[in-house]
Amino acid sequence: MSVVFSEAARAEFERLLSRYPDRRAVILPALHLAQREFGYLSDEAILYVAELTGASPAEIEGVATFYTMYNRKPVGKYHLQICRNLSCSLLGAERLIGHVSEKLGIRPGETTPDGRFTLSVVECLGSCGTAPVMQVNDDYHENLTVESVDAVLDKLRSEE
Amino acid sequence: METVLTTHLADDRYRRIDGYRGSGGYEALRKAVSMPRESIVEEVRKANLRGRGGAGFPAGVKWGFLPKDFSRPRVLVVNADEGEPGTFKDRLILTRGPHLLVEGIAITCYALAIHSAYIYIRGEYVLEARILEEAVAEAYAAGFLGKDLLGSGFDLDVTVHRGAGAYICGEETSTINSLEGKRGWPRLKPPFPASVGAFGLPTLVNNVETLADVPWIVANGGERFAALGCEKNGGTRLVGVSGPVERPGVYELPANVNLRDVIYDIAGGLRGGKPLKAVIPGGSSTPVLRAEEIDVTFDIESMAKIGTMAGTSGVIVIPEGTCMVRALSVLMNFYAHESCGQCSPCREGTGWLRKITGRIEAGEGRPGDVELILDLCDNMMGRTICALADAAAMPAQSFIWKFREEFDRHIAERKCPFGNSF
Repeated sequence: MSVVFSEAARAEFERLLSRYPDRRAVILPALHLAQREFGYLSDEAILYVAELTGASPAEIEGVATFYTMYNRKPVGKYHLQICRNLSCSLLGAERLIGHVSEKLGIRPGETTPDGRFTLSVVECLGSCGTAPVMQVNDDYHENLTVESVDAVLDKLRSEE
Repeated sequence: METVLTTHLADDRYRRIDGYRGSGGYEALRKAVSMPRESIVEEVRKANLRGRGGAGFPAGVKWGFLPKDFSRPRVLVVNADEGEPGTFKDRLILTRGPHLLVEGIAITCYALAIHSAYIYIRGEYVLEARILEEAVAEAYAAGFLGKDLLGSGFDLDVTVHRGAGAYICGEETSTINSLEGKRGWPRLKPPFPASVGAFGLPTLVNNVETLADVPWIVANGGERFAALGCEKNGGTRLVGVSGPVERPGVYELPANVNLRDVIYDIAGGLRGGKPLKAVIPGGSSTPVLRAEEIDVTFDIESMAKIGTMAGTSGVIVIPEGTCMVRALSVLMNFYAHESCGQCSPCREGTGWLRKITGRIEAGEGRPGDVELILDLCDNMMGRTICALADAAAMPAQSFIWKFREEFDRHIAERKCPFGNSF
């Protein structure tokens, strides 16, 4: 299945191109854009970004797999990313990961069968003063407790 | 105490340009464009401004590394990658006072005749990037960026560039590679970025907080900034305190503050009055201190004297009852995950450090494992392109030097004496 940017994404891509002296510099922003457009970076998306940026598909693949935020496989509607680094761990991140894992019936790295939630354990999110922290898609949820993480999950569940 | 940044970080009022200008924002830029370029650089040199990204290199000296001839265009790369665990100070500037950074960028670029700046912001900071984009757009609209800024005849373009999740991209040559659309692999030096950096052009890379200090320096003079700090450490620093303390957060403090006071007075001490076990003073890479070592001035030189670093001034507070093997194991997972894989001492070394600390914590450590960790560290440090290997080895060594008995107990008892948990 071939993929192609919407008109708005195409315009955004052109705007990005004008900001750099070298076409290759737009690779990271283009991959972000492609992920937003297509949900994840499929093989077709990789080929498409290669075509747009004039880089080889292997180069795009190399970049896409180097960075943790690019998903080469589909993720759930809500991507739950819980930090497990030291400041978060000192304030109960492991308990939180265990709780969410149990509540959703999935292990870190897995997606619920209904495709709603993916659970990931991630490294420092730069929010150590409000630990423990979980990023859901673009948004940070800070100072979490088992109760407040339940509230976050319940709210996401009710949003359909 | 006189503050440099907090005035504009107190609440969300200064996020938008009207609020920022209402409290004197962009007046320093107006002053700067009426000054000879060299005297702006001179003020920054006199300010004793040390880079706030962790290495503490004098900013004025770094600025001086750019070539003296202007035959090639130059680039400013703003390091907003903030990835060192325990560090979350730049996020405060990005969310509360983005115009402090934008004004600092404009002044710096004007002083150094740089016409394009890229703000490399870590990919996870989606909200922060959006706020920054808005601030940049507002500054363009107000004539503080773009063509002929403030009628000075000087042109400057600023672009916000998002990373995509890689700690190594905070290392300046890796930041540059990532900006160019490549994997974030550090570059072998020389050539240094000041001669061959982004897009092959002379490049200056500065941290967010470093640049955010520049407007104050121009407005009030380098000497006054220097006087706020102590010898060799001008100004104030944003200190982040995390872990189970009563008042975690970011505080603007003079360079000569005492580390004990940071933890007990400013951050309110440990929650529930728990005793302190250890402190990681300047981000996860900096050597750990035992509780009895923290009565020390928190400036770059004083910290070096006791064998650690002020680093990013991200203070991680570790309470009594914490298993230090487990804590180290968390850090070793991080470095193994973040090694870019380019140099074998780091790629292999961080992997082995993760594996060995993990097995000691799991009660499967073998006699000789502690010596093996120390041996690995010796073979990692100073043998790689960038400092990530050292950043992993420093905590490993210091945790063992300072808490050796815990490692030995894990191995002898074949279990975690703390019950494997935090």
